[in-house]
Amino acid sequence: MKHLPSERHTLSIMVDNEAGVLARIVGLFSARGYNIESLTVADVSDNHEVSRITLVTNGPPPVIDQIMAQLDRLVPVHNVVDLTDWGPHVEREMALVKVAGVGEKRVEALRLADIFRARPVDTSTTSFVFEVSGSTDKVNQFIALMREVGLVEVARTGVVAIARGAEAV
Amino acid sequence: MGLEIAGAEIVVQALTDLGVEVVFGYPGGAVLPIYDALFQQNRIRHILVRHEQAAVHAAEGYARASGKVGVVLVTSGPGATNAVTGITDALMDSVPLVVITGQVPTHLIGTDAFQECDTVGITRHCSKHNYLVKDTARLGPVLHEAFYIARSGRPGPVVIDIPKDVQIMKARYDKPGTISHKTYKPQVKGDLAAIEAAVDMLAAAERPILYTGGGIINSGPIASQLLRELAKATGAPVTSTLMGLGCFPAEHPQFLGMLGMHGSYEANMAMNRCDLMVCLGARFDDRVTGRLDAFSPTSRKIHVDIDRSSFNKTVRVDLTIQGDVGSVMEDMLKLWRARGHRPADLKPWWADIAAWRGRNSFGFEQKGDALLPQKAIQRLYEMTKAKKPIISTEVGQHQMWAAQHFGFHDPNKWLTSGGLGTMGYGLPAAIGAQLAFPGALVIDIAGEASIQMNIQELGTATQYRLPVKIFIINNEYMGMVRQWQELNHGGRYSESYSDSLPDFVMLAQAYGWKGITIEGPHDLDAGIQAMLDHPGPVVVDCRVSKLANCFPMIPSGAAHTDMILSAADEVGPADDDAKALV
Repeated sequence: MKHLPSERHTLSIMVDNEAGVLARIVGLFSARGYNIESLTVADVSDNHEVSRITLVTNGPPPVIDQIMAQLDRLVPVHNVVDLTDWGPHVEREMALVKVAGVGEKRVEALRLADIFRARPVDTSTTSFVFEVSGSTDKVNQFIALMREVGLVEVARTGVVAIARGAEAV
Repeated sequence: MGLEIAGAEIVVQALTDLGVEVVFGYPGGAVLPIYDALFQQNRIRHILVRHEQAAVHAAEGYARASGKVGVVLVTSGPGATNAVTGITDALMDSVPLVVITGQVPTHLIGTDAFQECDTVGITRHCSKHNYLVKDTARLGPVLHEAFYIARSGRPGPVVIDIPKDVQIMKARYDKPGTISHKTYKPQVKGDLAAIEAAVDMLAAAERPILYTGGGIINSGPIASQLLRELAKATGAPVTSTLMGLGCFPAEHPQFLGMLGMHGSYEANMAMNRCDLMVCLGARFDDRVTGRLDAFSPTSRKIHVDIDRSSFNKTVRVDLTIQGDVGSVMEDMLKLWRARGHRPADLKPWWADIAAWRGRNSFGFEQKGDALLPQKAIQRLYEMTKAKKPIISTEVGQHQMWAAQHFGFHDPNKWLTSGGLGTMGYGLPAAIGAQLAFPGALVIDIAGEASIQMNIQELGTATQYRLPVKIFIINNEYMGMVRQWQELNHGGRYSESYSDSLPDFVMLAQAYGWKGITIEGPHDLDAGIQAMLDHPGPVVVDCRVSKLANCFPMIPSGAAHTDMILSAADEVGPADDDAKALV
């Protein structure tokens, strides 16, 4: 069943905000040979007891089911939602992109940044750092364009995601 | 209450409140305060093993025989790392344990202190759950929660790492009421609609089979009783995994014997040809399924398991029911009766099974003078069955022969390392079972290689006057390794000969045990009788045919229908894909 085509799924995992929980999740993925495309984690509760992990993985549907079941049985996991299966949801990631150059390349970088609604958050006479956010595809495209105008380095947050509508998942 | 007491005293008090009677352990620097607290009380009995791995296996044997949670106490560093094999074994076989490890004081954690290791890091993926307790006030709640997690849902080992300063600091301890957990809530009751569907499928099946496993044992003796009722109501044949042996009586006409790699021909053929498979507390292990794409190709499959992650892991099933297998079988029976179902006409199905049974796949032929290992185990069974013995094993050929030729009639009588396959399991497990049932006949059926992996535990049995019996099937080979070398590696016996064996009789005597040698068929019965007649612990060195192999066998990578029944129909050398399988 591992020969079925792979799908990309975005999971939202609510966990106890305790030492070792992240290691437990990541270790489960490495021990069982599952993929992690991106992972973000932060405390999201007012009493600092619950963290939300957004994890993007890929695999054939039966493997995704296994991932859900394996995560769900970990003691510190409150709940796991497959947002891709759940339905309409918003996915965003943010990147900080450093480009260096002078003259026409510098101007072009600014022009492209404007089209992507990327904001310069640091500048020197020979460089910019742009903050860009959006879907993974948009961020990828922006980075690809920046390669042509003097890309130096990139830092990305990975995907955060939330369901559309009034309800919490 | 209300008084503050030391962390070590909280540990002992909580264990007492949890009804713990026996703790298996080994002292060391980082657990001295707990050992001191144990010294000053007389409600909990501490069993001093000779190696921490054995403490965990002994606790496993105790837990599997008694249905209670096994408790282990070891020190930091090497104490904890030595326990890891046992903890992993308990995770694979779903054995409820609480393992308490000492740790260096909190201010030294992370400094590479003497006998420090990252116990929670090391055990994170081989335990059901683990804790590092940094606050003495948390000790009581954590201990109670740990027992709840260990024994509920799919049981497993829980590790509690306690730094030494936490054992010394004082805090209040209050005995908690009912334990619940804010996120961990195992599902016990099965979904009724799904159970109804399962009952209808069972009633309509022409070739049903009940494929049972260790989950039925874990569910408690009532589940084994319910299985017997379900088998009676439906008339369906029953097979069992290695871990489930005893959940259904071995000599019952509906029992097909163990299935899988060394299971019976009739069990594997019935699994292959059935039209409905009802998996009750088993998990489609690779030793059971053989080649996956040829596994029971025409059946519909129902899977009952308390652990959702067991569903569709390797085999796709048609209907899943998450819940305790005992509770689900109870609901199945209620519905079956409420709907007035009768057993379908299964005569043609039983006729097929009778034909497969006719192959007598567990049969063996005595040739020459050497004692066949199968014969030795068969006689051991016949001569002891009236005493309803508890049997443990090590891992290898002797384990499979014991599963094939020793009959089990009741749950909790069969202690073996199934998932992890841990050599050295049997002797400590037998010690644990003997502590749970001091009056029972407990026999470790061992191999001469496996027994040496925890042979030091002879001393533990001596110290506590435990009349454990060890029955060594001695063929002077790591037999299962040799068998695979024969099948897959051209008979090149690389390092599988048991050279320089000790004189087991003298070794037994050195530890204060009785030692008996069985040389061949002529003194087999006398040897077994002498073992049974001796009130104390006995090692029997039973010399058997050196080159006997364990059949029937599904070779690695083969289908159920491609069983080798005897050495005569051995196939040619395996291809590389098959060789790569374990």
